[in-house]
Amino acid sequence: MHITLKVWRQTGPDATGRFETYEAPDISPEMSFLEMLDLVNERLIEAGREPIEFDSDCREGICGTCGLMINGQAHGPQRATATCQLHMREFSDGEHITVEPWRAAAFPIVKDLVVNRAALDRIVEAGGFITARVGSAPDANLIPVPKESADAAMDAAACIGCGACVAACPNSAAQLFTAAKVQHLNLLPQGQAQRWSRTQEMVETMELFFGSCTNYGECHEACPKEISLDFIAMMNRDYVKAMLTNRQRDGQKKVG
Amino acid sequence: MTLTLDAKIPSGPLTDKWNNHRFELKLVNPNNKRKFKIIVVGSGLAGASAAASLAELGYEVEVFTFHDSPRRAHSIAAQGGINAAKNYQNDGDSVFRLFYDTVKGGDFRSREANVYRLAELSGDIIDQATAQGVPFAREYGGLLANRSFGGAQVSRTFYARGQTGQQLLLGAYQSLANQIREGSVTLYNKMEMLELVVEDGRTVGIICRDLISGEISAHAAHAVVLATGGYGNVYYLSTNAMNSNATAIWRAHRKGAAFANPCYTQIHPTCIPASDEFQSKLTLMSESLRNDGRIWVPKAYDDNRPPGEIPEAERDYYLERKYPAFGNLVPRDVASRNAKLVVDEGRGVGPLKNGVYLDFADAITRDGRDTIEAKYGNLFDMYQRITAEDPYDLPMRIYPATHYTMGGLWVDYDLMSTIPGLFVLGEANFSDHGANRLGASALMQGLADGYFVIPYTIGGYLSTFLGQPPLPTEHEAFENARRAVEERTRTFLSTKGTRSVDYYHKELGKLVWDNIGMARNRTGLEKAIAEIPALREEFHSNVRVLGSGDSLNSSLEKAGRVADFFELAELMARDALHREESCGGHFREEHQTAEGEARRDDENFSYVAAWEWKGPDTPQELVKEPLTFEHVELTQRSYK
Ligand SMILES: Cc1cc2nc3c(=O)[nH]c(=O)nc-3n(C[C@H](O)[C@H](O)[C@H](O)COP(=O)(O)OP(=O)(O)OC[C@H]3O[C@@H](n4cnc5c(N)ncnc54)[C@H](O)[C@@H]3O)c2cc1C
Repeated sequence: MHITLKVWRQTGPDATGRFETYEAPDISPEMSFLEMLDLVNERLIEAGREPIEFDSDCREGICGTCGLMINGQAHGPQRATATCQLHMREFSDGEHITVEPWRAAAFPIVKDLVVNRAALDRIVEAGGFITARVGSAPDANLIPVPKESADAAMDAAACIGCGACVAACPNSAAQLFTAAKVQHLNLLPQGQAQRWSRTQEMVETMELFFGSCTNYGECHEACPKEISLDFIAMMNRDYVKAMLTNRQRDGQKKVG
Repeated sequence: MTLTLDAKIPSGPLTDKWNNHRFELKLVNPNNKRKFKIIVVGSGLAGASAAASLAELGYEVEVFTFHDSPRRAHSIAAQGGINAAKNYQNDGDSVFRLFYDTVKGGDFRSREANVYRLAELSGDIIDQATAQGVPFAREYGGLLANRSFGGAQVSRTFYARGQTGQQLLLGAYQSLANQIREGSVTLYNKMEMLELVVEDGRTVGIICRDLISGEISAHAAHAVVLATGGYGNVYYLSTNAMNSNATAIWRAHRKGAAFANPCYTQIHPTCIPASDEFQSKLTLMSESLRNDGRIWVPKAYDDNRPPGEIPEAERDYYLERKYPAFGNLVPRDVASRNAKLVVDEGRGVGPLKNGVYLDFADAITRDGRDTIEAKYGNLFDMYQRITAEDPYDLPMRIYPATHYTMGGLWVDYDLMSTIPGLFVLGEANFSDHGANRLGASALMQGLADGYFVIPYTIGGYLSTFLGQPPLPTEHEAFENARRAVEERTRTFLSTKGTRSVDYYHKELGKLVWDNIGMARNRTGLEKAIAEIPALREEFHSNVRVLGSGDSLNSSLEKAGRVADFFELAELMARDALHREESCGGHFREEHQTAEGEARRDDENFSYVAAWEWKGPDTPQELVKEPLTFEHVELTQRSYK
């Protein structure tokens, strides 16, 4: 295959970026998209030009490191597929492909196609955990967890934290990511003790960094793990309840 | 001066060793804990669990990872599950059985005391992970489900769909996030440790490069914990993540930490075969698939018929035929070697004839497609995405690939290396798996090390340094180490050769795979020992690293890692050559039985081979830690 690539190049966070065009002849349809970029980079190095920086690690669609806007779509054209699992057979010979980094104010560009997604970690640090000191856990079978709850929690926990949901959203909102993290824990019996504080703190931290949700649903379309929009509805419901519950708790604290 | 190895195995009966030792270890009182600073390098299962647990105890903890988020560590990719001797299935499991299976699976090349402790702690890991909210698979009654894995005849593997590593890592990462919020852990992401700093025979800190700004900085602590993962990428193609590397442990080795059993590497039997020369990594198909999939090749050589047209009578289910007791569930090394045998014979399948079939047709007929989909749906999807073939209709094609490294830095029972104050956890140490690791046991070991071993043992070391602050980073030990790192970076950038880092990594990988791979022999190993240094020389004089050192530069990062792989590969070859026996993942063609099974030599090789660094121009020196077995009888492993 012969591909023409238009790639975003930017030397650093504060530099101005621009598109550059690269011809990529002799591409095998069996290659993954990132292997195609590896080859383009090898050829650039051979020609004495600086290779294109892009992120990737496991190349199995699970670590969430990779993420490119390919022809304007987060992770490219194939459904439920992270960039690293996209193969060149999804494209046609002679195609022009535009490759850009995730674009969102909360994800500043580090270099070329690499962005900084630390804001997602800040949301988790705000409450995305169950406090369980090592050494104090009861026997795992002490609390039966209905299979349906465990399965639903797992559906949410499958999120890989790649940020495609944010990149795909016209408002750069992180509702899908946050909802997946919140509901993974809120759906489990073990997660109940911190349910309301968790929900409020994670949602409010999210709002510090990211835009607001206006129900476009683009996040779900782009999500390589097909995380359901239902989790956003559940998070919104929990948030309203959390506001009331937490206010009541705070009030009690003041009185007591 | 030659190193002496003292494993510090506690005295007393096997079943009481860990308990007695915990009692004997000196404690640090809660108020004093915060006066001790501990650096943890690595945020995978071992590192994240260690950092969170140490911070909960009150130590001041700093975590370094080259990843952008702790959650992206390679542990995230583990699929199949984690072992624990819970005996929830009532099928005869026990701590002793898990211990026995692990020692036997490791081909009698691990320490009994360590393995017993691992088996003892296995149940606590499941309790801890469940309390954190890890969504393990459940039965309809709400209790935990299990599956079985290679090398065991009981069902003791806990799992979260095909994403067990992801879920366990998220659990550990969430605990870490909790501690970051509490202010007891400081996280340094996108920071790569490039040097260990040792002063007066003791670990005092590390030197790191900020991968985004290029800044090189020094960090001091009372103790350093390395949990930096395995070195499988020395083969170039492996199931490891692209950025997994050996630099942290190799730099420590060069500072005096003995490297144990480097030749013990594991080749996983069920990976998707390479499709072309541009392949950047190999994808694992979880071993759990061997529970329901049947492995076969055509009986005839060069049979080009599609699998569906090959009648039952003309298929060779070679594992079931040769190992009736374990069948498709033989340990990894046995499954891998047998796949290589049939492919080398010319009975391989697929366009490049480089695979064997893993067939689910019988399981689908027996249990229904829905059941199979519920168990393995995500793995089937992954396979289809990569190969564009539907495994519900066509058998999968699989072939072995490098997957795990049992070798690593030598540690004593306390997980301390031969440099005082340097502790090593998870895949980075030479650990508990002997010459072969059983499936679902790496997650168990990494988490046992991090949650339950290091929190006790590190206290014993630290208690002797009460009242002493860490060495100031202005000290010349830090200055010298920092200058060495800067110098190395500058050299790579100014070499201005003609070939990329990846070119050399691939060439090295081919040499290592061909000669220190699934089957090894004297000729091949001697060839590797002769050719690796020559290629290394060429790499250092002809590598081309473009760009600068003061911004993100992945070629520069890789250059340092590949340079270290070159030195490690040579040591692997020498270790493999000296070990004149076959055991576990180390199969020497000269040492096999008439049936082609591995032949150990317990009389001469029942020891851990630890290699001591002797300087850049002198080969490492071998130091032996003898292994003694009191509770298991050394037998030839038989899975028939
Ligand atoms: C595809 C696959 C599937 C697997 N499936 C299973 C399974 O089902 N069951 C099982 O038990 N095991 C499985 N394993 C093995 C298991 O996943 C690993 O052995 C284990 O997760 C290793 O964990 P770790 O914490 O030691 O290291 P890792 O998870 O590799 O973490 C290493 C950490 O160290 C950091 N690091 C490394 N070097 C540096 C440096 N120089 N400076 C700063 N930071 C550094 C990295 O950033 C990372 O945070 C699997 C492995 C693979 C490849």
